[in-house]
Amino acid sequence: MQIILNGSPCHTNAATLADALAQAGVTGHIATALNGSFVPAALRDQTPIRDGDRIEAQAPMQGG
Amino acid sequence: MPVLYGTHVESALMLGTAGYPSPRILADAFARSGAGIATVSLRRETGGGQDFWTLVQSLGARLLPNTAGCHSAREAVTTAHMAREVFATDWIKLEVIGHADTLQPDVFELVQAARILAAEGFKVFPYCTEDLTACERLLDAGCQVLMPWGAPIGSGLGLNNPHGLRALRAAFPDVPLVIDAGIGLPSHAAAAMEMGYDAVLLNSAVARAGDPVQMAGAMADAVRAGRAAYLADPMERTDMAVPSTPVLGKAFL
Repeated sequence: MQIILNGSPCHTNAATLADALAQAGVTGHIATALNGSFVPAALRDQTPIRDGDRIEAQAPMQGG
Repeated sequence: MPVLYGTHVESALMLGTAGYPSPRILADAFARSGAGIATVSLRRETGGGQDFWTLVQSLGARLLPNTAGCHSAREAVTTAHMAREVFATDWIKLEVIGHADTLQPDVFELVQAARILAAEGFKVFPYCTEDLTACERLLDAGCQVLMPWGAPIGSGLGLNNPHGLRALRAAFPDVPLVIDAGIGLPSHAAAAMEMGYDAVLLNSAVARAGDPVQMAGAMADAVRAGRAAYLADPMERTDMAVPSTPVLGKAFL
C-alpha cells in the first residue's frame, strides 16, 4: 500500500505506525501525527496503518 | 523578573533559536544574552534535528515550543500536542497565522485554539495583537500571559503602535505582557520595558545582526535598563520647556 510520509509518497507493508517509521528509517527524538491527529509515542505500535494514510514525523527544530 | 504561569524567570529577555549563522554562534549568543527562555519549533526531520535537540538542552534556558506556520486552530492544537511530547513541557507559544504578508495572527482561530489547549492543561503564550477585545477573549479562554506583537515578525520595525501597547498595559495591569515580534534594536526592547511590559521575545534582531553575540549582549543591557527605568517611575512629558536651573536668584543684568 501507499502512504504519505512527511509529504512524500512511499510504499510500505507495515501494519502499524511504529513499523512504518522503522521501515522508512525514521528514528530519534520525534513526535508523530496520523491524518492530522497526534499519536503519542506509546501508542505507535498499536496504531494501524491503512492505504493513503498521511504520517507526519516531526523533530525539534530552530524556532522564533 | 517576570513570573509566567507561576514560574520565576531569571531574565526578561526571551530569545529565539532560528536563523543564526552557526550552532556555535547560537550557543554563544544565548550565553551572552542571559535569556531565561528559548523558543523552539517542530519541523519534518531532514537531518540536524537530533543535533539541535542536544544543543538546545545545553542552553540553560527553559524551552518554549511554538506553533509557527499554523493557519488554523486544528493545526495549532495538533502541533501543540506533538510539541508537548517532544519538548516535555506544557508551555506553548501559540501562533495561528492569518495573513501571509504581515504574519498577523488570526485572532479568531487563536482564541479557539487557546480555549482547547488551556482546557487540556497547556500553559498558553498567545502571539496576538494589541487589540483589547481579542486580548480579553484570550484571558477568558484561560491564557495567563499575553504576547502582543510590536511589529510584523522579522521586520525589525520596533513598536508600531506605542499608544495601543500602552493602552493594553493599562487595561491589564496584573497580566504578564510580553512584546513578541518586530523588535530590531535594543532601543525598541528598552522602550517596551519602559512602558511596563514584563518581557520581550525576539529572534531575528540578534540572529540577523552582523555580530549576533554582541547584539545579544546589547539586548540584555537594554532590557535591564528599560525595566529599571520603569521601576524608577519616569518623569511626565510636557510639550513646553521647563527650566531645570532655578530661576530664583538669577543676576539681574
